[in-house]
Amino acid sequence: MHELSIVGSIVDSVTESLAVYHGARVTEVRLRVGALAAVVEDSLQFCYGIATEGTLLEGSKLVVQILPVIMHCGACGADGEIASLQSFRCPHCGEPVSELRQGRELEIESIEIEEAEEAVEP
Amino acid sequence: MTTRIVELRKGILKKNDELAAGLRQRFASAGVLVLNLVSSPGTGKTAFLERTLNALREGGARVAALVGDLETDNDARRLEASGAPVRQINTHGICHLEAEMVSKHLEGWDLAGLDYLFIENVGNLVCPSSYDLGEKVRVALLSVTEGEDKPLKYPTLFNSADAAVITKIDLAEPCEFDREAALKNIRAIRPGIRVFETSAKSGAGMTEWLEYLKEQRVSHAGS
Repeated sequence: MHELSIVGSIVDSVTESLAVYHGARVTEVRLRVGALAAVVEDSLQFCYGIATEGTLLEGSKLVVQILPVIMHCGACGADGEIASLQSFRCPHCGEPVSELRQGRELEIESIEIEEAEEAVEP
Repeated sequence: MTTRIVELRKGILKKNDELAAGLRQRFASAGVLVLNLVSSPGTGKTAFLERTLNALREGGARVAALVGDLETDNDARRLEASGAPVRQINTHGICHLEAEMVSKHLEGWDLAGLDYLFIENVGNLVCPSSYDLGEKVRVALLSVTEGEDKPLKYPTLFNSADAAVITKIDLAEPCEFDREAALKNIRAIRPGIRVFETSAKSGAGMTEWLEYLKEQRVSHAGS
């Protein structure tokens, strides 16, 4: 349900970054979203169309890369993906996991923009 | 037209995170322990908080609360009866509290004159987990009427919690609440988490909870 707020933050953040690219428009926005970030891609996509209307992001494509949850095991030293979101245990030794190395990300990785060619004098 | 890729690597909630980091610093230098209470609607956050505020005040502690709801100031009025300063945050449709709302509602309060500040989030087990409010302790609450597998269904929230509170244990028997399953599920999602089994009605489990608050305050002051 908070995807609309999140998409609003994306629009603000991308618009801010565009300030140095005069006249550019956005064709694609790429996100990195951790599996534990509590964000649903379908909702993001749905809200994206609405929130980008009338902005420099209008008509752009939203690409969402979901990142698996990677833990570090303090007991055996292993790094790896947890078996499921219902069990935070080391897949190698079975000890409880307290340290996560990846899985909560919610970031804009990059944007693809189209810039107008420099105006050429006739 | 030329096309190019611009690397941004920017946190989407960076503004909220920065604001929350500023609040955390402010709370630490004021010496106030801040807790963020999160649960579904109807878990009994307000009743639990009411009991907590009363008990802390009786013990001489200085406490205050911010309560979040989409609409109405019913919860704030209810909590004010404890005598503690309480402010209502109405989000008008937003399903979670954000650091900016907290910051705005702290205006005029002397944080250094407080020992504990409780923030009761909007009833929701999904969205509040993404928004840091600058709290020291995030508490996830679960009532015996909700089903023991709730932590498995909402792993993000339970995994981000520092403590878990089971509420309404006076209703455990009529609800056929499976205590072992609930504890197992909470710990599967958040290994090692402290779990308190409480009833705001009978007062069960409150002694352990209050003891925990005191410990947290001491370790907070020392950090």
